[in-house]
Amino acid sequence: MAATTLSRPTRATPLGAAGSDRRMRYFNAFCGSVMLVFAALWLIPLLWALDTSLRPEGDVTVHPTSWWTSHWTIGAYRSILNSSDMATWYMNSFIISALSAALTVVVCSMAGFALARTGFRGSKAVSGLLLAGLLIPGQVLILPMFAEFSFAHLLNTYWAIVLPSIPTPVAVFVFMSFFNGLPVELVEAARIDGASWFRVYARIFMPLCKPAISAVAIFTFVWSWNSLLWPLLVMTSTKLMTIPVGLATVQSAFGIQYARVMASSVLGALPLLVVFLLFQRRIVEGVANTGIK
Amino acid sequence: MAVTTVPVATAPAPVRRGTTRREDDRAGWGLMTPFLVLYVLLLIGPLVYGVIMSFSNASLVQSGLSGFAGFSNYSEALRSSDFWSSMWHTVLFTLITTPALVVLALVFAMLAERLRHGRWFWRLVFFAPYVVPSAAVALIFGWLYAAQGGLFGTWLSDIGIDSPNWLGSSSWAMASIALMTIWWTIGFNFVLYLAGLTDIPRELYEAAAVDGASPWVQMRQITIPLLKRTTLLITMLQILASLKVFDQMYLLTSGGPNFSTRPVIEYIYDMGFTDYRSGYAAAASMLYFIGLIVVSAVWFVINRRQAKEA
Repeated sequence: MAATTLSRPTRATPLGAAGSDRRMRYFNAFCGSVMLVFAALWLIPLLWALDTSLRPEGDVTVHPTSWWTSHWTIGAYRSILNSSDMATWYMNSFIISALSAALTVVVCSMAGFALARTGFRGSKAVSGLLLAGLLIPGQVLILPMFAEFSFAHLLNTYWAIVLPSIPTPVAVFVFMSFFNGLPVELVEAARIDGASWFRVYARIFMPLCKPAISAVAIFTFVWSWNSLLWPLLVMTSTKLMTIPVGLATVQSAFGIQYARVMASSVLGALPLLVVFLLFQRRIVEGVANTGIK
Repeated sequence: MAVTTVPVATAPAPVRRGTTRREDDRAGWGLMTPFLVLYVLLLIGPLVYGVIMSFSNASLVQSGLSGFAGFSNYSEALRSSDFWSSMWHTVLFTLITTPALVVLALVFAMLAERLRHGRWFWRLVFFAPYVVPSAAVALIFGWLYAAQGGLFGTWLSDIGIDSPNWLGSSSWAMASIALMTIWWTIGFNFVLYLAGLTDIPRELYEAAAVDGASPWVQMRQITIPLLKRTTLLITMLQILASLKVFDQMYLLTSGGPNFSTRPVIEYIYDMGFTDYRSGYAAAASMLYFIGLIVVSAVWFVINRRQAKEA
């Protein structure tokens, strides 16, 4: 979209013979058809889930692979929202992801600012420590972390999921590189006016780094919303489950009532699909930037 | 999302006017403190504790470490065929998914790049699955793979091919999980490739077209060589991501049938949380961690060499 296509000059027609021009057109048409086939393949699972979820349960059992029914219904959705804990799971997921995103932005931007701007003694050592942290995947820490949270009596609380998601070195580095790109004069002017370092951070730098804030917030939210292994371990009470943990129990609850199973998966997928549609450009640019730099 | 943005700490020389060195230090450490406290408590601390645990007989059913076990957990894990087969499943999954996810993403990105219109559409179609929670993806594919009334099986029988037992046979389960993973995660690599493609100057293609190079030749001689660094990055990110596989296998097959798709993370999970042998599971975690570090180190070396060449 805008950012990627605007800068692109229109493809100049090759000066060569009309033959090569035609060849080019055929080739592009070929590319287009191949892409359409793959796009269709990629859309089928989601459309099929939606389709199944909107058919009556009996219909799905009798004609499982038919795309059409004469009795479209939202009965499966109604029965899920009425009888299962889906609404509670939504709320849990939302609170946990929002808290994680907000706290990650605050804590990591402060750290990023300290490292990028204050030049405090020991900042080199601290960034080395953070770099080393990039190599430690959370998956290898599940046992000691579980012991720690069990010792602190924090299992089956929101904090068990929120706290571990906050100290993310990648987020600090995103803020750090953003702050490094802002002009030095900003700090100098404010400091001469007697503003404290915290004021410089909160009143001058934070308002200027909205792109970094939204990238970190969106990514933390999505990542936190989707994580499975750790929430599965620490949220054992049904009332506290997040969407992914709850969905993992759905298959056994509904068995072969596939309209209901598919309706739950559509409900589970929906919030983030909406987030993605709203922030498509932000998310895609965020992936490209953090991945490539 | 990992391992990538690595700016070096290039703190500008602290401003002298209106500020003192001590004040800078105090402010810096003050702003750093919340992060460092959580970082030590939730990353460094658990890592150290995990190492200690791996040398103990710790168990979830009783508190504390229950005695020093020396290297016995490690030697047991290294001799356990279950540990090695779960390691192998993780590696096999990586070997299957990485080439597919890198090559297909490259092909899709190059094709999308050639088409002038609808870039947002391709991005939407291929990236949307990436934001769907693994649990929802597994429910959908469980239905597509279902032995009775599954869409995939029915399609195959419609064209006269016997449908395999997608998830029920040890020989097919891994392939089915890999297929689902490709559908689910290809968008990430696709987007990275698209970003890499925009960095290639248009003039190169125009010049090649004037010289009469066919689109196919242009792709092979310009696009792919110039994307070498992007490909290296994507391949490494993909290897590291695939080596951390857990969700898909746990959800789709619970590691079955007959443990034929149990990844090492699920082995650790089973040992630690089902068999209550935390000490042993911590040792298995450490062995797995060492493997990941070795892979990262190899990447670091290759990357260094590439950067020098460039």
